[in-house]
Amino acid sequence: MTDESVSCTQPARGPLAGLSDAPVPITDSTGSEEEIRMMARVGQPAPDFEATAFVDGGFKNVKLSDFSGHWVLLCFYPGDFTFV
Amino acid sequence: MHVLSVSTDSRFSHKIWQAEELSKMVPGGVQWPMLSDAGGRIGRIYGVYDEQAGVDIRGRFLIDPDGVIQAMEVMTPSVGRNINELLRQVKAFQHVRETGEVMPAGWEPGKPTLKPSPNLVGKVWEVWKPEGIS
Repeated sequence: MTDESVSCTQPARGPLAGLSDAPVPITDSTGSEEEIRMMARVGQPAPDFEATAFVDGGFKNVKLSDFSGHWVLLCFYPGDFTFV
Repeated sequence: MHVLSVSTDSRFSHKIWQAEELSKMVPGGVQWPMLSDAGGRIGRIYGVYDEQAGVDIRGRFLIDPDGVIQAMEVMTPSVGRNINELLRQVKAFQHVRETGEVMPAGWEPGKPTLKPSPNLVGKVWEVWKPEGIS
């Protein structure tokens, strides 16, 4: 399942419809960036997203909803090679 | 339990970080997917994106098998996480899900839990006393 077509840039995507019943923002026809609001609340569905990832030595796309049915720990951090 | 780590670094950076540093801290390197939040969309949705710095600050979200967020913790970058507190929360929320019992303040695995019922109202003091508070 490793993605062999490696482009230089690949922005993350979200929120995706499906796992969350929250409304999905729509990009207008001018292509301008819509405002992205914080949607994460305890007791509420975790907003779904898709991002490219380094996993098992290769690159592949990962969706949060791929892990439906399992406990997931989602950890954000400021950057690779930082000190803490 | 599946772990997903997320930063605004590219997947290429994740690969080299794994090769050059993480694999020297953890035998074999970390085993979970390292996601690239290029553009910061995921961080914005989860309320952890720092617009000025252009990075996702330290935040973690515990998501149950139904896809519901059960716990979150967000911190500024200079203080690292406490893995023991995280593991305590994971065990507590998994226990709640399996048994319907609830955990009083300061609960640790193996300590008594509470079974919510009309009979417990006003009687919590009989089964639980806070520790470390004088």
